[in-house]
Amino acid sequence: MTGPADTPPLLRIEGLVKRFPGVLALDHVDFTLRAGEVHGLLGENGAGKSTLIKTLTGVHPRDAGTIRMDGAEIAPRDVADAQRLRIGTVYQEVNLLPNLSVAQNLFLGREPMRFGFVDGRAMRRAAREIMRGYGLDLDPATPLGQFSVAVQQIVAIARAVDLSARVLILDEPTASLDAQEVAQLFATMRLLKARGIGIVFITHFLDQVYAVCDRITVLRNGRLVGERAIADLPRLELVSMMLGRELAEEERQTARAAPPSGGPPLVAFKGYGRRGYLEPFDLEIRAGEVVGVAGLLGSGRTETAKLAFGAERAGTGAVAVAGTAARLRSPRDAARLGFGYCPEDRKTEGIVGELSVRENIVLALQARRGWLAPLPRREQDEIVARFVRLLDIRAADTERPIQTLSGGNQQKALLARWLATEPRFLILDEPTRGIDVGAHAEIIRLINRLRANGLALMVISSELEEIVAYSRRVVVLRDRRHVAELDGEVSVERIMTAIAASA
Amino acid sequence: MPMPAGLTPSRSLPQIAALVVVLLANWMVFPDFFQVRLQDGRLFGSVIDVLNRGAPVALLALGMTLVIATRGVDLSVGAVMAIAGATAATLTASGHGLGVVVPAALGVGLVCGLWNGLLVAVLEIQPIVATLILMVAGRGIAQLITEGQIVTFVSPALAAIGSGSLLAVPMPVVICLGMLLLTALLVRGTALGLMIEATGLNRLASFYSGVDTRAVGILVYVWCGLCAAVAGLIVTADIRGADANNAGLWLELDAILAVVVGGTSLFGGRFSLVLSVVGALIIQAMNTGILLSGLKPEFNLIVKALVVLAVLLLQSPALGMPRLRLPVVRARRTRP
Amino acid sequence: MSRRFMPLAATLAVLIAGTLFCALQFPNFASTRVLGNLLTDNAFVGIAAVGMTFVILSGGIDLSVGSVIAFTTVFLAVAIEQLGIPPFLAFALVLAIAGLFGAAMGALIHWFRLPPFIVTLAGMFLARGASFLLTTDSIPVNHPLYGELGDVAIRMAGGGRLSLVAMVMLAVFAAGMVLAHLTRFGANVYAIGGNRVSAELMGVPIARTTVGIYMLSSTLAGLAGIVFSLYTSAGYSLAATGVELDTIAAVVIGGTLLTGGQGYVFGTFIGILIQGLIQTYITFDGTLSSWWTKIAVGVLLFAFIVLQRVLILGWSARPATVARV
Repeated sequence: MTGPADTPPLLRIEGLVKRFPGVLALDHVDFTLRAGEVHGLLGENGAGKSTLIKTLTGVHPRDAGTIRMDGAEIAPRDVADAQRLRIGTVYQEVNLLPNLSVAQNLFLGREPMRFGFVDGRAMRRAAREIMRGYGLDLDPATPLGQFSVAVQQIVAIARAVDLSARVLILDEPTASLDAQEVAQLFATMRLLKARGIGIVFITHFLDQVYAVCDRITVLRNGRLVGERAIADLPRLELVSMMLGRELAEEERQTARAAPPSGGPPLVAFKGYGRRGYLEPFDLEIRAGEVVGVAGLLGSGRTETAKLAFGAERAGTGAVAVAGTAARLRSPRDAARLGFGYCPEDRKTEGIVGELSVRENIVLALQARRGWLAPLPRREQDEIVARFVRLLDIRAADTERPIQTLSGGNQQKALLARWLATEPRFLILDEPTRGIDVGAHAEIIRLINRLRANGLALMVISSELEEIVAYSRRVVVLRDRRHVAELDGEVSVERIMTAIAASA
Repeated sequence: MPMPAGLTPSRSLPQIAALVVVLLANWMVFPDFFQVRLQDGRLFGSVIDVLNRGAPVALLALGMTLVIATRGVDLSVGAVMAIAGATAATLTASGHGLGVVVPAALGVGLVCGLWNGLLVAVLEIQPIVATLILMVAGRGIAQLITEGQIVTFVSPALAAIGSGSLLAVPMPVVICLGMLLLTALLVRGTALGLMIEATGLNRLASFYSGVDTRAVGILVYVWCGLCAAVAGLIVTADIRGADANNAGLWLELDAILAVVVGGTSLFGGRFSLVLSVVGALIIQAMNTGILLSGLKPEFNLIVKALVVLAVLLLQSPALGMPRLRLPVVRARRTRP
Repeated sequence: MSRRFMPLAATLAVLIAGTLFCALQFPNFASTRVLGNLLTDNAFVGIAAVGMTFVILSGGIDLSVGSVIAFTTVFLAVAIEQLGIPPFLAFALVLAIAGLFGAAMGALIHWFRLPPFIVTLAGMFLARGASFLLTTDSIPVNHPLYGELGDVAIRMAGGGRLSLVAMVMLAVFAAGMVLAHLTRFGANVYAIGGNRVSAELMGVPIARTTVGIYMLSSTLAGLAGIVFSLYTSAGYSLAATGVELDTIAAVVIGGTLLTGGQGYVFGTFIGILIQGLIQTYITFDGTLSSWWTKIAVGVLLFAFIVLQRVLILGWSARPATVARV
């Protein structure tokens, strides 16, 4: 740990432990925030960033560890309590009320009163003054929802700071901002920094880390990877800290057969994209080929998958399947074309938790056949039995709700759902997230097997070794744009370099 | 006939037990309760009466079950009953035969259901609000059809639907059983039941699996409208007239209650048609029991309210779970 | 103009257009006499609609108001006529009962996380059942106070009478506007309707506010019942069926979003006036039947709900302007 020893830390977290059933979400994590610094908190999904924030602000009770502010131990019970202890939090999805005016949002719960009634005029005047302090001259009577997200963020920050925050946590505030808005937000952050407030800044954009952070702390799989001053941290090293691999480590090579060439690609996207969602991209995928999709969180990985599956409608571009133009406006269209999609967020977008394992597995096939052509129960049982055997799905009883299975087995059941439709093209978004090590290796073997059987696959993962293990080609995304397509000898270094390259 | 899925002994036990308890209680206050006699080729008796009078609510409950399973609700069924009844009575009074009257009444129900379905599934208006429109305007439409009169008719053919019998079984019971079989065939004989449950439990995951969640949404309201029309037809046939003001009044609440008592959660998902019908019979048996016991029929509403509260509290997401985690992360807005 | 006021502006436009249409059609329509009658006839619905406005602003719904009104009229008739309780004491008692009743519903909704529509549906059964239990007959109230209160009125220019019940309604609307816009309770109601989770994070007392909202709605329904009792001089357990729908319709037509968080008590007042206008038109016309009211209200309801959908969909299209200083 470097840094001037004479500056006492504003906030010091030591040995923080948080367990969820079956998961050690935070494993003795340390974190130090100094007054007047912007401290980046970095890591992929599941690294423990949000758990750290929630444990710090009392949303989750901690299992071990101490939190000290100015040397005194604190234990916030909830967000409001944390606010009283002068820790303010602003979330990505602005947690203010868009239907109320700016003034009301700033003063909710502490409105200036006059003769027992809310003094609207005084409130608006004070609100205008506060927002001027942030360089914004706006009508405080206007509903918050009518302002851009950046202004809403600044109002949220202003509220938190005005409630006497000394520690300000900004949880992915820039995720939905454009460049100019980001600049506006950064100006605000620098202003607060100069006033001695310590800012914890969570982001996935490397450029932003270098633009505004003084120091960073990286988490991975619930553990502390390290704390570094940003000035002497090369980009590549930061990426390797986040994506979990020492560059010195020996390269793992897997045999990757070249796909059968000739003929049109199985799936070809041309100029495919949507304004404000994902820049148009071109991508061709052949049968018997895995295309890996890499990039930091928020770079447009999941967006690529959703567009490719018709789960989100494209604004521009065309898609051709086996050389013929295809209509891809909904998941139903995609399923008809022989596409399959296992989403990243298994619980809300993948499984239907309370339905049985069997029903979950047959759902897509049944949907494609139409409701008038029900699969006979015998046939369903055969399909389920086949995939339970083939994918080694460990379920005590396939008639029990799928939510009783472990994450790995849920993932396999979702794969089975699509494999049952005999797809030609499979899109897997983080197929190994949140599953144990054994199942992890199995899924990777499975992906290779499916490729060998002639499927076309698009696999998104934040684990680069994994991508290297099955992809012959890798698409790299940054800032919602496909920035590189790596071919031939794909290595972790090449991917990291492409991710780290500044825009 | 496929066995309705979800009707496993363990799941249906509470409802069956409740029905038995209510029936036994009725028998205790009224020893002749189970006595059934045959008169003029038709069965009579208190038990038969429960079945007969329970038929309209049971019919409504069939459609309502499907709607609630998709996480919706249809407040307009009572008004739709009135519209269908008004249509049937008016057409009969002007001399049309059953061949015109029945299809017309059912067609009106389908149209009403389609209207609700479009508002909910296509315009994506919350179900309570969407069906409220027809609940408000529906009775006006029914009165428009009857021109504000209580239309009466003389038509033995139509009256037979309400008070006739088939093989000694009262016609409403026969029709209700027929609709139960038809509905069961519709949802369990096809894959529709699975689609409905999947849509109700996790609409997004179902959509991503290729389920046409929009069509499912429209279909359940259409079916609910049809069931309401059948119920309206029976009531009109029974009283040989149409009363646009009072036909089906408050029955939407009984139908929702029947579905809830039948074990379908208001939060959508698993449903059982048979248990919803059992729920309707429990409600009717309670009504009859209160009448038989000499208590004022006015107790009915209070008993119903207490039953619905008790069942809801048992279903409450807050019970059984220790006090909740704070859902800090808001669901992102996603199509559809 | 801000999109925020669009529903309200649309409502006002409908009212003005409707009034002009009626005035052109019937020469003696535009008179204080018609206005006075309209306000008097709709006083009880209007009072209940103020409570409903708060419920809907918070994102809930209250289906029990009609039953609470009926219960109140029956309770008053029984208490005053059969038990000889002084009217004002009976008024106070019934308001307290109604308030407790609403508080209980709010508590169930908050602590057991039950959907408001089903809880208030049960409340509707309970209140109606309770009034049936008291009596199923229509009991006239002959207490002299009723006659005296009925005579209280302000003469308006042009021969119209502003009756006491109309004055009560206007006062309730005024108080409702103050409560909505000038108190912390009002701000909290809007906050909960905007986003419950955010409101909780911002420190809004959700439990207290939720209970308070349903308590307010039932208490105002009780007050509406008192007004209805004065208006009809009778207690009848089948009275005021469907009033919950009339009030919801008035609130929605008045521009309040059914999803909560946006709307005005004043808009509800306009909504009530529009409904009254439709009834008055039908009375004046003489050939139209009263069911046209329901159809017209249904059509308006549909139009406003669709308008709301369209507005919500296009909400974030154009951000408000900010000057950099």
